[in-house]
Amino acid sequence: MSAVLRKELTTIFSSLLAWMVIALFLAMSGFYFWSNLSFFLLSGGFDLVRGLWQYQFLDMRSLLLTMLPLLTMRLLAEERRQGTLELLWTHPLRDGQIVFGKYLAVLLVLALMLAATLVQPLILLQTDAVIPWGAIGAGYLGLFLLGGAFLSCGLLISALTDSQVIAAALTYSVLLIFWAMTWNEYAVGSGGVLQALLAISLFDRLYDFVRGGIDLRDVVFLILFSGVFLAWTMQALGARRWRGVR
Amino acid sequence: MIEVRNVTRTFGDLVAVNDVSFSVADGECVGFLGPNGAGKSTTLRMISGVFPPTYGSVRVAGCDVVRDSIRARAALGYFPEHAPYYGELSVEGYLAFAARAKRIPRRLRADAIARALKACDLASVRRRLIGQLSKGYRQRVGLSQALLGDPPVLVLDEPTSGLDPTQVSEIREVILGLRGSRTILFSSHVLSEVSQVAQRVVIIDCGRIVAEDAPGELARQIAGAIVLRVRVEGSLAPAARVVAAVPGVQRTEDRGGHLEVACADEGVVAALSRRLTAEGFTLLELARETLSLEEVFLRILRTAAEARGK
Repeated sequence: MSAVLRKELTTIFSSLLAWMVIALFLAMSGFYFWSNLSFFLLSGGFDLVRGLWQYQFLDMRSLLLTMLPLLTMRLLAEERRQGTLELLWTHPLRDGQIVFGKYLAVLLVLALMLAATLVQPLILLQTDAVIPWGAIGAGYLGLFLLGGAFLSCGLLISALTDSQVIAAALTYSVLLIFWAMTWNEYAVGSGGVLQALLAISLFDRLYDFVRGGIDLRDVVFLILFSGVFLAWTMQALGARRWRGVR
Repeated sequence: MIEVRNVTRTFGDLVAVNDVSFSVADGECVGFLGPNGAGKSTTLRMISGVFPPTYGSVRVAGCDVVRDSIRARAALGYFPEHAPYYGELSVEGYLAFAARAKRIPRRLRADAIARALKACDLASVRRRLIGQLSKGYRQRVGLSQALLGDPPVLVLDEPTSGLDPTQVSEIREVILGLRGSRTILFSSHVLSEVSQVAQRVVIIDCGRIVAEDAPGELARQIAGAIVLRVRVEGSLAPAARVVAAVPGVQRTEDRGGHLEVACADEGVVAALSRRLTAEGFTLLELARETLSLEEVFLRILRTAAEARGK
């Protein structure tokens, strides 16, 4: 697995797109931080300690939704398009090692992107503001787990096509469905359907984290979500291989 | 060793490879020939573990490519058709990745990479990005990846495809250098190339093996006899009568300037030479005519097509 992981990291960091994604994420995240901070400082009366970070984490969630499919779209689609997947299959690597190697690589990039935004609470350390480190930690954990779920979804879709554009578009579509599925409570009613949608809703899982709480059920759900999508990716890869399709 | 036993591969309704069996002994270099769409690449991909056979079994270095896939793949170096590559990696970076993927122990990796670079004459471009290299160099990178770690079995799918004559010659030298120490199965459309490198050829057509032997032996089988070219001083007609009377001579034809003589075995050649000399003819030429691999290949395919027509 380390072979694929290292190769993937080299590929990611030699790509202009990856650097643009990282740069754009950090720039936008910084802008949101400045904007949210200004709002709370100017508006007063709000709970700056908690409110600022809730807003910030929810904005970062949207940024991750926008940026991460751009990282996952080439993972397997490009290997298929170039024909290098055939080469990978002739090395003594299991499909699981290929899938996890690639997933871990983008997960590390996600961790790096999130870690770089830690500069925001560190800036506030220069002031008299109270920094709720526990709540911030919970928020980052939630974003990391949610981002991991986005990445696993993108990786699966990248295994299904050899077009990066289609991979990205489908990933956005699937993630948007997971986001929007519980928006209109009146339309779906308040009974079993809503409960079922809430149970599989990806984005609703973040709310406890951004409020500073860690619900073990949410942690397990997000890890399971990623696990299921990674298992499906392996299935998709295995099925293509069995059928003799690159 | 490579053993292919009763292998069939279907893609939907299409039978790409149909009940194919052949083997390549340890240290043997075998050319795998066939027209486009005959099933060559499909067979080579099954041997290399890219996808499994629908029926039948393939063993590489004693390991079944489906049941013991990892060990089979660890014993194999594969060069795929069209030599796919990671353009964003340097030659050295790519070989380092391939060395890790092939599970070459860390302490042996640097040495293995250096040897693969040297074998394919890539040392001068080792830090260059593969995407910036010429097609010839990219082919060499693909070949160096296959050679990395000295796998006992090499499967090369058209390693000289699209190369200029100089590059073809260079790749041929690399393969010739490996002959004897590795089990090599390679496909090529350049038949003169195959006849120089391969000790044996396997010919596939429409998914079935239609011939399998040493190129010279195939030529003999196809000609149906040993064919000699005989030239004597003076008129050919009296010489033709003498030759026809030699026991074992099956056919004598005046080809205008020389006689074409078909005989059953090698023993007839000496008898024919003695008889002509005894009869007072001055022998100017007595040579065995051999079919080129290209002629053999075309005749075998024609015979196979006729058989299918029946």
